[in-house]
Amino acid sequence: MPAELCDLTGHELGARLRSGDVTATDVLESSLERVRAVDERLKTFLTVTEDEARAAAARVDEWLTSRGDRRLPDVAGIPLALKDVLTTRGIRSTAGSKILEPYVPPYDCTAWARLRAAGSVLAGKTNCDEFAMGSSGENSAYGPTRNPWDLDTVPGGSSSGSAAAVASGQAVWALGTDTGGSVRQPAALSGIVGFKPTYGRVSRYGLIAFASSLDHVATFSRDVRDAATLLSAIAGHDPADATSLPDPPADYGEGLDAGVAGLRVGVVEDWLETEGVQPAVRAAVRASVDRLVALGASAERVSLPYAEYALSAYYLIAPAECSSNLARYDGVRYGYRAPGASDVVEMNMRTRGEGFGDEVKRRIMLGTYSLSAGYYDAYYGQALKVRTLVIRDFEEAFSRFDVLVSPTSPTVAFRLGEKTEDPLAMYLSDVFTIPANLSGTPAASIPCGLSPEGLPIGFQIMGRLADERAVLRTAYALEQDLGFSARPALLDSVAGS
Amino acid sequence: MPVEIDVDHVARLARLALTAEERERFRRQLGLILEHAERVREVAADDVPPTSHPIPRSNVLRPDEPGPTLSHEEALAGAPDVDAGRFKVPPIIEAEG
Repeated sequence: MPAELCDLTGHELGARLRSGDVTATDVLESSLERVRAVDERLKTFLTVTEDEARAAAARVDEWLTSRGDRRLPDVAGIPLALKDVLTTRGIRSTAGSKILEPYVPPYDCTAWARLRAAGSVLAGKTNCDEFAMGSSGENSAYGPTRNPWDLDTVPGGSSSGSAAAVASGQAVWALGTDTGGSVRQPAALSGIVGFKPTYGRVSRYGLIAFASSLDHVATFSRDVRDAATLLSAIAGHDPADATSLPDPPADYGEGLDAGVAGLRVGVVEDWLETEGVQPAVRAAVRASVDRLVALGASAERVSLPYAEYALSAYYLIAPAECSSNLARYDGVRYGYRAPGASDVVEMNMRTRGEGFGDEVKRRIMLGTYSLSAGYYDAYYGQALKVRTLVIRDFEEAFSRFDVLVSPTSPTVAFRLGEKTEDPLAMYLSDVFTIPANLSGTPAASIPCGLSPEGLPIGFQIMGRLADERAVLRTAYALEQDLGFSARPALLDSVAGS
Repeated sequence: MPVEIDVDHVARLARLALTAEERERFRRQLGLILEHAERVREVAADDVPPTSHPIPRSNVLRPDEPGPTLSHEEALAGAPDVDAGRFKVPPIIEAEG
Protein backbone atom coordinates (compact mmCIF):
# COMPACT_ATOMS: atom_id res chain seq x y z
CA MET A 1 0.00 0.00 0.00
CA PRO A 2 1.27 3.51 -0.70
CA ALA A 3 2.43 5.52 2.30
CA GLU A 4 0.11 8.07 3.84
CA LEU A 5 1.07 11.74 3.86
CA CYS A 6 2.27 11.45 7.44
CA ASP A 7 4.80 8.81 6.35
CA LEU A 8 6.59 11.18 3.96
CA THR A 9 9.60 13.28 4.88
CA GLY A 10 9.50 17.00 5.60
CA HIS A 11 11.14 17.91 2.30
CA GLU A 12 8.76 15.69 0.30
CA LEU A 13 5.78 17.27 2.03
CA GLY A 14 7.25 20.76 1.59
CA ALA A 15 7.48 20.20 -2.16
CA ARG A 16 3.88 18.97 -2.32
CA LEU A 17 2.62 21.92 -0.26
CA ARG A 18 4.38 24.31 -2.62
CA SER A 19 3.02 22.62 -5.72
CA GLY A 20 -0.49 22.98 -4.33
CA ASP A 21 -0.91 19.21 -4.49
CA VAL A 22 -1.84 18.99 -0.78
CA THR A 23 -2.69 21.45 1.98
CA ALA A 24 -1.10 21.74 5.41
CA THR A 25 -4.48 20.75 6.78
CA ASP A 26 -4.42 17.50 4.75
CA VAL A 27 -0.97 16.73 6.11
CA LEU A 28 -1.96 17.45 9.70
CA GLU A 29 -5.15 15.39 9.47
CA SER A 30 -3.09 12.48 8.20
CA SER A 31 -0.82 12.76 11.26
CA LEU A 32 -3.74 13.12 13.66
CA GLU A 33 -5.39 10.05 12.16
CA ARG A 34 -2.19 8.12 12.82
CA VAL A 35 -2.16 9.42 16.40
CA ARG A 36 -5.69 8.06 16.86
CA ALA A 37 -4.66 4.74 15.35
CA VAL A 38 -1.48 4.03 17.35
CA ASP A 39 -0.94 6.41 20.26
CA GLU A 40 -2.98 4.43 22.73
CA ARG A 41 -0.78 1.40 22.16
CA LEU A 42 2.52 3.29 22.02
CA LYS A 43 1.90 5.95 24.72
CA THR A 44 3.78 8.49 22.66
CA PHE A 45 2.12 11.75 23.64
CA LEU A 46 1.46 13.33 27.02
CA THR A 47 -0.53 16.14 25.39
CA VAL A 48 -1.95 16.21 21.86
CA THR A 49 -2.35 19.83 20.77
CA GLU A 50 -4.99 19.21 18.14
CA ASP A 51 -6.71 22.61 18.20
CA GLU A 52 -3.51 24.66 18.15
CA ALA A 53 -2.21 22.42 15.35
CA ARG A 54 -5.33 22.90 13.22
CA ALA A 55 -5.07 26.68 13.65
CA ALA A 56 -1.37 26.63 12.70
CA ALA A 57 -2.02 24.46 9.62
CA ALA A 58 -4.84 26.80 8.56
CA ARG A 59 -2.46 29.76 8.80
CA VAL A 60 0.01 28.01 6.49
CA ASP A 61 -2.78 27.22 4.02
CA GLU A 62 -3.91 30.84 4.17
CA TRP A 63 -0.32 31.98 3.43
CA LEU A 64 -0.13 29.60 0.44
CA THR A 65 -3.47 30.79 -0.88
CA SER A 66 -2.81 34.49 -0.48
CA ARG A 67 0.89 34.75 -1.13
CA GLY A 68 1.85 31.55 -2.93
CA ASP A 69 4.97 29.71 -1.82
CA ARG A 70 7.21 32.75 -1.88
CA ARG A 71 9.46 32.75 1.18
CA LEU A 72 7.44 30.04 2.91
CA PRO A 73 9.86 28.64 5.50
CA ASP A 74 10.98 25.01 5.00
CA VAL A 75 9.39 23.89 8.27
CA ALA A 76 6.00 25.49 7.59
CA GLY A 77 3.05 23.12 7.64
CA ILE A 78 5.05 20.06 8.70
CA PRO A 79 3.72 18.23 11.81
CA LEU A 80 6.21 18.37 14.66
CA ALA A 81 6.42 16.71 18.08
CA LEU A 82 8.26 18.22 21.03
CA LYS A 83 9.70 16.37 23.99
CA ASP A 84 7.88 17.46 27.13
CA VAL A 85 11.05 18.92 28.67
CA LEU A 86 10.80 21.80 26.17
CA THR A 87 8.56 24.57 27.44
CA THR A 88 5.58 25.68 25.38
CA ARG A 89 3.67 28.77 26.35
CA GLY A 90 0.15 27.93 27.50
CA ILE A 91 0.67 24.20 26.87
CA ARG A 92 1.36 21.88 29.79
CA SER A 93 5.02 20.85 30.02
CA THR A 94 5.60 18.07 32.54
CA ALA A 95 9.15 16.87 31.79
CA GLY A 96 7.66 13.41 32.33
CA SER A 97 7.46 14.16 36.05
CA LYS A 98 4.65 14.18 38.55
CA ILE A 99 6.22 17.23 40.17
CA LEU A 100 5.44 19.27 37.03
CA GLU A 101 2.05 17.67 36.32
CA PRO A 102 0.15 20.97 36.70
CA TYR A 103 2.85 23.14 35.08
CA VAL A 104 1.72 25.39 32.21
CA PRO A 105 4.76 27.51 31.24
CA PRO A 106 4.29 31.23 30.65
CA TYR A 107 6.99 31.17 27.94
CA ASP A 108 8.23 29.22 24.92
CA CYS A 109 11.66 27.65 24.69
CA THR A 110 13.71 29.36 21.98
CA ALA A 111 13.77 26.33 19.66
CA TRP A 112 9.98 26.13 19.58
CA ALA A 113 9.57 29.91 19.40
CA ARG A 114 11.66 29.89 16.21
CA LEU A 115 9.75 26.96 14.72
CA ARG A 116 6.38 28.42 15.64
CA ALA A 117 7.27 31.74 14.00
CA ALA A 118 8.24 29.79 10.87
CA GLY A 119 4.84 28.09 10.59
CA SER A 120 5.69 24.77 12.20
CA VAL A 121 2.64 22.74 13.25
CA LEU A 122 2.89 21.26 16.76
CA ALA A 123 1.07 17.92 16.96
CA GLY A 124 1.86 17.45 20.63
CA LYS A 125 4.22 17.06 23.57
CA THR A 126 5.90 13.69 23.90
CA ASN A 127 6.46 11.26 26.70
CA CYS A 128 9.99 10.89 28.08
CA ASP A 129 12.02 9.65 31.00
CA GLU A 130 11.43 11.95 33.95
CA PHE A 131 13.58 15.09 33.53
CA ALA A 132 15.30 13.28 30.64
CA MET A 133 16.99 10.83 33.01
CA GLY A 134 16.93 7.38 31.51
CA SER A 135 17.73 5.28 28.48
CA SER A 136 14.44 3.47 27.87
CA GLY A 137 11.51 5.80 28.51
CA GLU A 138 10.52 3.64 31.48
CA ASN A 139 11.25 6.39 34.02
CA SER A 140 8.30 8.50 32.86
CA ALA A 141 5.77 9.19 35.62
CA TYR A 142 3.11 8.63 32.94
CA GLY A 143 4.06 5.10 31.92
CA PRO A 144 6.54 3.78 29.36
CA THR A 145 6.42 4.46 25.63
CA ARG A 146 6.56 1.35 23.46
CA ASN A 147 8.72 0.78 20.42
CA PRO A 148 6.66 0.71 17.20
CA TRP A 149 8.98 -1.99 15.83
CA ASP A 150 8.07 -4.38 18.66
CA LEU A 151 5.60 -3.36 21.35
CA ASP A 152 7.35 -5.52 23.94
CA THR A 153 10.55 -3.49 23.61
CA VAL A 154 11.52 0.04 24.59
CA PRO A 155 12.04 2.78 21.99
CA GLY A 156 15.14 3.97 23.86
CA GLY A 157 15.33 7.11 25.91
CA SER A 158 15.17 9.51 27.33
CA SER A 159 13.42 11.09 24.30
CA SER A 160 11.25 7.98 23.98
CA GLY A 161 8.03 9.58 22.77
CA SER A 162 9.66 11.85 20.21
CA ALA A 163 11.46 8.84 18.71
CA ALA A 164 8.31 6.71 18.65
CA ALA A 165 6.24 9.58 17.20
CA VAL A 166 8.56 9.96 14.21
CA ALA A 167 9.07 6.21 13.73
CA SER A 168 5.30 5.66 13.65
CA GLY A 169 4.26 8.60 11.46
CA GLN A 170 2.45 10.50 14.20
CA ALA A 171 4.82 13.39 13.56
CA VAL A 172 7.09 13.95 10.56
CA TRP A 173 9.94 15.15 12.73
CA ALA A 174 10.53 16.02 16.36
CA LEU A 175 12.80 17.69 18.86
CA GLY A 176 14.30 15.88 21.79
CA THR A 177 17.16 16.59 24.16
CA ASP A 178 20.47 14.75 24.30
CA THR A 179 22.44 14.90 27.56
CA GLY A 180 24.17 11.51 27.34
CA GLY A 181 22.68 10.09 24.15
CA SER A 182 18.99 10.72 24.75
CA VAL A 183 18.31 11.50 21.08
CA ARG A 184 20.89 9.34 19.30
CA GLN A 185 20.18 6.16 21.29
CA PRO A 186 16.36 6.23 20.84
CA ALA A 187 16.86 7.16 17.16
CA ALA A 188 19.03 4.03 16.82
CA LEU A 189 16.54 1.79 18.62
CA SER A 190 13.63 3.24 16.63
CA GLY A 191 15.15 3.12 13.13
CA ILE A 192 15.27 6.87 12.44
CA VAL A 193 17.82 9.69 12.21
CA GLY A 194 18.90 11.47 15.39
CA PHE A 195 21.24 14.45 15.30
CA LYS A 196 22.88 16.25 18.19
CA PRO A 197 24.64 19.40 16.99
CA THR A 198 27.59 21.08 18.72
CA TYR A 199 27.01 22.15 22.33
CA GLY A 200 25.50 25.65 22.27
CA ARG A 201 24.44 25.46 18.61
CA VAL A 202 20.80 25.50 19.68
CA SER A 203 19.74 27.66 22.60
CA ARG A 204 18.87 25.84 25.82
CA TYR A 205 16.51 28.63 26.89
CA GLY A 206 13.31 26.88 27.92
CA LEU A 207 14.89 23.44 28.00
CA ILE A 208 13.93 22.26 31.48
CA ALA A 209 17.46 21.77 32.80
CA PHE A 210 18.94 18.40 33.74
CA ALA A 211 22.75 18.85 33.38
CA SER A 212 23.47 22.25 31.90
CA SER A 213 26.99 21.58 30.60
CA LEU A 214 25.80 18.41 28.82
CA ASP A 215 22.23 19.26 27.68
CA HIS A 216 21.65 19.73 23.94
CA VAL A 217 18.45 20.30 21.95
CA ALA A 218 18.60 17.72 19.15
CA THR A 219 16.49 16.48 16.24
CA PHE A 220 14.64 13.35 15.12
CA SER A 221 13.73 12.90 11.47
CA ARG A 222 13.19 10.18 8.88
CA ASP A 223 16.12 11.24 6.77
CA VAL A 224 19.31 13.26 6.95
CA ARG A 225 18.10 16.10 4.75
CA ASP A 226 15.27 16.74 7.21
CA ALA A 227 17.76 16.75 10.10
CA ALA A 228 19.68 19.54 8.36
CA THR A 229 16.48 21.47 7.64
CA LEU A 230 15.16 21.23 11.17
CA LEU A 231 18.52 22.20 12.67
CA SER A 232 18.76 25.21 10.35
CA ALA A 233 15.42 26.42 11.67
CA ILE A 234 16.40 26.30 15.35
CA ALA A 235 20.16 27.03 15.37
CA GLY A 236 21.84 30.36 15.94
CA HIS A 237 22.83 32.62 18.79
CA ASP A 238 20.29 33.45 21.47
CA PRO A 239 20.97 36.25 23.96
CA ALA A 240 18.75 34.39 26.45
CA ASP A 241 21.30 31.54 26.75
CA ALA A 242 24.77 32.69 27.79
CA THR A 243 26.24 29.37 26.61
CA SER A 244 24.79 29.60 23.11
CA LEU A 245 27.42 29.87 20.36
CA PRO A 246 27.86 33.35 18.88
CA ASP A 247 27.28 32.13 15.28
CA PRO A 248 24.18 33.39 13.47
CA PRO A 249 21.68 30.95 11.92
CA ALA A 250 23.03 29.03 8.90
CA ASP A 251 21.89 26.56 6.25
CA TYR A 252 23.14 23.17 7.42
CA GLY A 253 21.81 21.54 4.26
CA GLU A 254 24.54 23.25 2.25
CA GLY A 255 26.97 20.72 0.79
CA LEU A 256 24.88 17.80 1.99
CA ASP A 257 25.32 15.87 -1.24
CA ALA A 258 29.04 16.64 -1.70
CA GLY A 259 29.90 12.97 -1.11
CA VAL A 260 32.65 11.38 0.95
CA ALA A 261 35.48 11.06 -1.59
CA GLY A 262 38.72 11.72 0.28
CA LEU A 263 36.97 11.86 3.65
CA ARG A 264 39.10 10.41 6.48
CA VAL A 265 37.01 8.15 8.67
CA GLY A 266 38.28 6.98 12.07
CA VAL A 267 36.69 3.72 13.19
CA VAL A 268 36.53 3.37 16.97
CA GLU A 269 37.53 -0.30 16.91
CA ASP A 270 37.81 -0.64 20.70
CA TRP A 271 34.10 0.09 20.99
CA LEU A 272 33.17 -2.30 18.20
CA GLU A 273 35.11 -5.05 19.92
CA THR A 274 33.56 -4.44 23.34
CA GLU A 275 32.05 -7.61 24.72
CA GLY A 276 28.56 -6.15 25.18
CA VAL A 277 28.17 -5.27 21.48
CA GLN A 278 25.72 -7.61 19.78
CA PRO A 279 27.14 -9.48 16.76
CA ALA A 280 24.46 -8.09 14.42
CA VAL A 281 25.32 -4.54 15.53
CA ARG A 282 29.03 -5.16 14.96
CA ALA A 283 28.39 -6.64 11.51
CA ALA A 284 26.07 -3.86 10.36
CA VAL A 285 28.48 -1.15 11.50
CA ARG A 286 31.43 -2.84 9.78
CA ALA A 287 29.41 -3.21 6.59
CA SER A 288 28.56 0.50 6.71
CA VAL A 289 32.23 1.40 7.07
CA ASP A 290 32.91 -0.74 3.99
CA ARG A 291 30.26 1.21 2.10
CA LEU A 292 31.87 4.52 3.05
CA VAL A 293 35.17 3.19 1.72
CA ALA A 294 33.46 2.03 -1.47
CA LEU A 295 32.15 5.59 -1.84
CA GLY A 296 35.67 6.99 -1.74
CA ALA A 297 36.38 7.60 1.95
CA SER A 298 39.42 6.16 3.70
CA ALA A 299 38.89 4.30 6.98
CA GLU A 300 41.40 3.55 9.69
CA ARG A 301 41.30 2.36 13.25
CA VAL A 302 41.31 5.08 15.91
CA SER A 303 41.67 4.82 19.68
CA LEU A 304 40.01 6.98 22.30
CA PRO A 305 41.88 5.54 25.29
CA TYR A 306 40.12 7.60 27.97
CA ALA A 307 36.65 7.02 26.58
CA GLU A 308 36.30 3.94 28.77
CA TYR A 309 36.28 6.31 31.75
CA ALA A 310 33.69 8.60 30.18
CA LEU A 311 30.73 6.67 31.60
CA SER A 312 32.12 6.91 35.13
CA ALA A 313 32.83 10.61 34.76
CA TYR A 314 29.38 11.20 33.31
CA TYR A 315 27.66 9.50 36.24
CA LEU A 316 29.39 11.93 38.57
CA ILE A 317 29.08 15.11 36.49
CA ALA A 318 25.48 14.71 35.29
CA PRO A 319 24.03 13.87 38.74
CA ALA A 320 26.04 16.74 40.30
CA GLU A 321 24.54 19.23 37.86
CA CYS A 322 21.13 17.58 38.22
CA SER A 323 21.16 17.89 41.99
CA SER A 324 21.66 21.63 41.80
CA ASN A 325 19.34 22.22 38.82
CA LEU A 326 16.50 20.27 40.43
CA ALA A 327 16.82 22.16 43.72
CA ARG A 328 14.32 24.62 42.22
CA TYR A 329 11.43 22.14 42.61
CA ASP A 330 10.51 23.13 46.13
CA GLY A 331 6.72 23.34 45.95
CA VAL A 332 6.72 27.13 46.24
CA ARG A 333 6.43 28.83 42.85
CA TYR A 334 4.97 26.24 40.48
CA GLY A 335 4.33 22.53 40.18
CA TYR A 336 3.22 20.01 42.76
CA ARG A 337 3.11 20.71 46.52
CA ALA A 338 2.59 17.97 49.10
CA PRO A 339 -0.44 18.89 51.22
CA GLY A 340 -0.61 19.24 54.97
CA ALA A 341 2.99 19.99 55.94
CA SER A 342 3.38 21.94 59.18
CA ASP A 343 6.54 23.83 58.24
CA VAL A 344 8.31 24.83 55.07
CA VAL A 345 11.18 22.34 55.24
CA GLU A 346 8.80 19.45 55.75
CA MET A 347 6.79 20.78 52.79
CA ASN A 348 9.93 20.93 50.60
CA MET A 349 11.01 17.43 51.59
CA ARG A 350 7.64 15.77 51.16
CA THR A 351 6.94 17.62 47.89
CA ARG A 352 10.20 16.31 46.46
CA GLY A 353 9.84 12.85 47.98
CA GLU A 354 6.34 12.45 46.51
CA GLY A 355 6.90 14.42 43.30
CA PHE A 356 10.09 12.81 41.99
CA GLY A 357 10.40 9.25 40.72
CA ASP A 358 13.02 6.67 41.54
CA GLU A 359 15.74 7.48 39.03
CA VAL A 360 15.52 11.23 39.62
CA LYS A 361 15.85 10.72 43.38
CA ARG A 362 18.77 8.36 42.81
CA ARG A 363 20.61 10.96 40.73
CA ILE A 364 19.83 13.83 43.09
CA MET A 365 21.22 11.71 45.93
CA LEU A 366 24.29 10.76 43.90
CA GLY A 367 24.97 14.37 42.92
CA THR A 368 24.36 15.73 46.39
CA TYR A 369 26.76 13.16 47.81
CA SER A 370 29.52 13.82 45.28
CA LEU A 371 29.29 17.57 45.81
CA SER A 372 29.10 17.38 49.58
CA ALA A 373 31.84 18.48 51.95
CA GLY A 374 34.72 16.02 52.00
CA TYR A 375 33.79 14.23 48.75
CA TYR A 376 33.87 17.03 46.19
CA ASP A 377 37.54 16.61 45.25
CA ALA A 378 37.42 12.84 45.37
CA TYR A 379 34.49 12.48 42.98
CA TYR A 380 33.28 15.56 41.13
CA GLY A 381 36.73 17.16 40.88
CA GLN A 382 38.26 13.97 39.52
CA ALA A 383 35.44 13.51 37.03
CA LEU A 384 36.11 16.98 35.60
CA LYS A 385 39.71 15.94 34.96
CA VAL A 386 38.54 12.87 33.09
CA ARG A 387 36.37 15.18 31.01
CA THR A 388 39.57 17.00 29.98
CA LEU A 389 41.18 13.68 29.02
CA VAL A 390 38.20 12.64 26.92
CA ILE A 391 38.26 16.00 25.11
CA ARG A 392 42.01 15.58 24.44
CA ASP A 393 41.30 12.14 22.96
CA PHE A 394 38.85 13.70 20.54
CA GLU A 395 41.24 16.53 19.64
CA GLU A 396 43.98 14.03 18.89
CA ALA A 397 41.62 11.88 16.80
CA PHE A 398 40.25 14.83 14.87
CA SER A 399 43.76 15.97 13.98
CA ARG A 400 43.91 12.85 11.80
CA PHE A 401 40.28 12.18 10.89
CA ASP A 402 37.31 14.19 9.62
CA VAL A 403 34.71 12.02 11.31
CA LEU A 404 34.72 9.13 13.80
CA VAL A 405 32.26 6.26 13.53
CA SER A 406 30.96 3.57 15.89
CA PRO A 407 27.76 1.80 16.87
CA THR A 408 25.30 4.24 18.47
CA SER A 409 24.19 1.66 21.02
CA PRO A 410 25.75 -1.72 21.87
CA THR A 411 22.40 -3.43 21.39
CA VAL A 412 19.15 -3.17 19.53
CA ALA A 413 15.94 -2.34 21.44
CA PHE A 414 15.68 -4.30 24.69
CA ARG A 415 12.57 -5.59 26.37
CA LEU A 416 10.47 -3.51 28.75
CA GLY A 417 11.54 -4.23 32.31
CA GLU A 418 14.78 -5.89 31.26
CA LYS A 419 17.06 -3.29 32.88
CA THR A 420 14.83 -1.43 35.31
CA GLU A 421 16.14 -3.25 38.39
CA ASP A 422 19.79 -2.65 37.54
CA PRO A 423 20.69 1.05 37.10
CA LEU A 424 24.27 0.27 36.02
CA ALA A 425 23.14 -2.03 33.21
CA MET A 426 20.78 0.71 32.02
CA TYR A 427 23.58 3.31 32.14
CA LEU A 428 25.73 1.08 29.91
CA SER A 429 23.35 1.51 26.97
CA ASP A 430 24.73 5.06 26.61
CA VAL A 431 28.38 4.05 26.73
CA PHE A 432 29.08 5.07 23.10
CA THR A 433 27.01 8.24 23.08
CA ILE A 434 28.20 9.87 26.32
CA PRO A 435 31.71 10.88 25.13
CA ALA A 436 30.26 13.35 22.56
CA ASN A 437 28.27 15.01 25.35
CA LEU A 438 31.36 15.43 27.51
CA SER A 439 33.20 17.02 24.56
CA GLY A 440 30.23 18.86 23.01
CA THR A 441 31.08 17.53 19.52
CA PRO A 442 28.29 17.04 16.96
CA ALA A 443 27.11 13.45 16.44
CA ALA A 444 24.40 11.68 14.47
CA SER A 445 22.81 8.26 14.46
CA ILE A 446 21.37 6.83 11.26
CA PRO A 447 19.74 3.45 10.71
CA CYS A 448 22.16 1.01 9.05
CA GLY A 449 20.37 -2.33 9.12
CA LEU A 450 18.14 -4.74 11.00
CA SER A 451 19.01 -7.43 13.53
CA PRO A 452 17.87 -11.03 12.98
CA GLU A 453 14.81 -10.20 15.13
CA GLY A 454 13.99 -7.35 12.75
CA LEU A 455 15.00 -4.51 15.06
CA PRO A 456 16.88 -1.46 13.76
CA ILE A 457 20.60 -0.85 14.28
CA GLY A 458 22.12 2.64 14.57
CA PHE A 459 25.39 3.90 13.10
CA GLN A 460 27.01 6.81 14.94
CA ILE A 461 29.00 9.53 13.18
CA MET A 462 30.87 12.09 15.31
CA GLY A 463 32.49 15.28 14.00
CA ARG A 464 34.76 18.10 15.10
CA LEU A 465 33.37 20.87 17.26
CA ALA A 466 31.23 23.17 15.09
CA ASP A 467 31.60 20.91 12.03
CA GLU A 468 28.00 19.72 11.74
CA ARG A 469 28.32 19.69 7.97
CA ALA A 470 30.94 16.92 7.87
CA VAL A 471 28.69 14.72 10.02
CA LEU A 472 25.61 15.44 7.91
CA ARG A 473 27.46 14.95 4.62
CA THR A 474 28.78 11.56 5.78
CA ALA A 475 25.38 10.55 7.09
CA TYR A 476 23.68 11.60 3.88
CA ALA A 477 26.11 9.70 1.64
CA LEU A 478 25.72 6.53 3.68
CA GLU A 479 21.95 6.88 3.90
CA GLN A 480 21.64 7.28 0.11
CA ASP A 481 23.88 4.28 -0.44
CA LEU A 482 22.22 1.97 2.10
CA GLY A 483 18.68 2.87 1.06
CA PHE A 484 17.30 1.72 4.43
CA SER A 485 13.55 1.62 3.86
CA ALA A 486 12.23 -0.88 6.41
CA ARG A 487 9.40 0.34 8.61
CA PRO A 488 7.66 -0.99 11.70
CA ALA A 489 5.22 -3.84 11.03
CA LEU A 490 2.74 -2.01 13.26
CA LEU A 491 2.18 0.45 10.44
CA ASP A 492 1.02 -2.32 8.08
CA SER A 493 -1.84 -3.03 10.45
CA VAL A 494 -2.97 0.60 10.55
CA ALA A 495 -6.05 1.28 8.47
CA GLY A 496 -5.32 3.31 5.38
CA SER A 497 -1.56 2.83 5.32
CA MET B 1 34.12 -2.53 47.16
CA PRO B 2 30.75 -0.78 47.25
CA VAL B 3 30.99 2.68 48.82
CA GLU B 4 29.18 3.16 52.15
CA ILE B 5 27.22 6.38 52.27
CA ASP B 6 25.17 8.03 55.01
CA VAL B 7 21.84 8.01 53.21
CA ASP B 8 19.94 9.96 55.88
CA HIS B 9 22.47 12.78 55.82
CA VAL B 10 22.48 12.99 52.01
CA ALA B 11 18.68 12.86 51.80
CA ARG B 12 18.48 15.71 54.29
CA LEU B 13 20.97 17.78 52.27
CA ALA B 14 18.96 17.04 49.12
CA ARG B 15 15.65 17.88 50.84
CA LEU B 16 14.19 14.49 49.96
CA ALA B 17 11.77 12.66 52.23
CA LEU B 18 12.52 8.97 51.62
CA THR B 19 10.67 5.89 52.77
CA ALA B 20 12.53 3.20 54.72
CA GLU B 21 12.46 0.99 51.65
CA GLU B 22 13.94 3.76 49.47
CA ARG B 23 16.67 4.49 51.99
CA GLU B 24 17.79 0.88 52.00
CA ARG B 25 17.62 0.51 48.23
CA PHE B 26 19.47 3.75 47.50
CA ARG B 27 22.13 2.88 50.07
CA ARG B 28 22.82 -0.32 48.16
CA GLN B 29 22.48 1.06 44.63
CA LEU B 30 24.43 4.27 45.20
CA GLY B 31 27.23 2.24 46.77
CA LEU B 32 27.52 0.16 43.60
CA ILE B 33 27.26 3.13 41.23
CA LEU B 34 29.93 5.02 43.19
CA GLU B 35 32.18 1.98 43.14
CA HIS B 36 31.99 2.09 39.34
CA ALA B 37 32.35 5.86 39.21
CA GLU B 38 35.44 5.76 41.42
CA ARG B 39 37.35 4.48 38.40
CA VAL B 40 37.86 8.14 37.43
CA ARG B 41 40.54 8.27 40.11
CA GLU B 42 42.70 5.78 38.19
CA VAL B 43 43.50 8.37 35.52
CA ALA B 44 42.76 11.80 36.95
CA ALA B 45 46.36 12.85 37.60
CA ASP B 46 47.34 16.05 39.43
CA ASP B 47 48.63 17.72 36.27
CA VAL B 48 45.31 17.35 34.39
CA PRO B 49 43.21 20.51 34.59
CA PRO B 50 39.48 20.10 35.21
CA THR B 51 36.91 20.92 32.50
CA SER B 52 33.50 22.06 33.67
CA HIS B 53 32.22 23.15 30.28
CA PRO B 54 32.80 21.80 26.76
CA ILE B 55 33.22 25.22 25.14
CA PRO B 56 34.59 27.61 27.75
CA ARG B 57 33.14 31.08 27.57
CA SER B 58 33.46 33.76 30.19
CA ASN B 59 31.85 37.07 31.00
CA VAL B 60 29.09 36.65 28.43
CA LEU B 61 27.03 39.80 28.58
CA ARG B 62 24.08 41.06 26.63
CA PRO B 63 22.98 44.66 26.26
CA ASP B 64 21.05 45.82 29.30
CA GLU B 65 17.88 46.81 27.52
CA PRO B 66 14.41 46.97 29.04
CA GLY B 67 12.02 44.48 27.46
CA PRO B 68 8.78 42.64 28.18
CA THR B 69 8.83 40.44 31.28
CA LEU B 70 6.28 38.25 33.01
CA SER B 71 3.43 40.11 34.63
CA HIS B 72 2.82 39.70 38.33
CA GLU B 73 -0.22 37.58 37.51
CA GLU B 74 1.63 35.30 35.10
CA ALA B 75 4.42 34.77 37.61
CA LEU B 76 1.94 33.66 40.26
CA ALA B 77 -0.32 31.66 37.94
CA GLY B 78 1.40 28.33 38.56
CA ALA B 79 1.88 28.68 42.32
CA PRO B 80 0.36 26.02 44.58
CA ASP B 81 -0.75 28.72 47.02
CA VAL B 82 -0.88 32.51 46.85
CA ASP B 83 -2.00 35.21 49.21
CA ALA B 84 -2.39 38.90 48.44
CA GLY B 85 -0.22 38.76 45.33
CA ARG B 86 2.54 36.73 46.95
CA PHE B 87 3.67 33.09 47.11
CA LYS B 88 2.33 31.52 50.28
CA VAL B 89 4.22 28.77 52.16
CA PRO B 90 3.77 26.99 55.50
CA PRO B 91 5.42 28.66 58.54
CA ILE B 92 9.18 29.10 58.33
CA ILE B 93 9.66 30.03 62.01
CA GLU B 94 7.35 29.42 64.92
CA ALA B 95 5.07 32.34 65.71
CA GLU B 96 5.81 33.79 69.16
CA GLY B 97 3.40 33.64 72.05
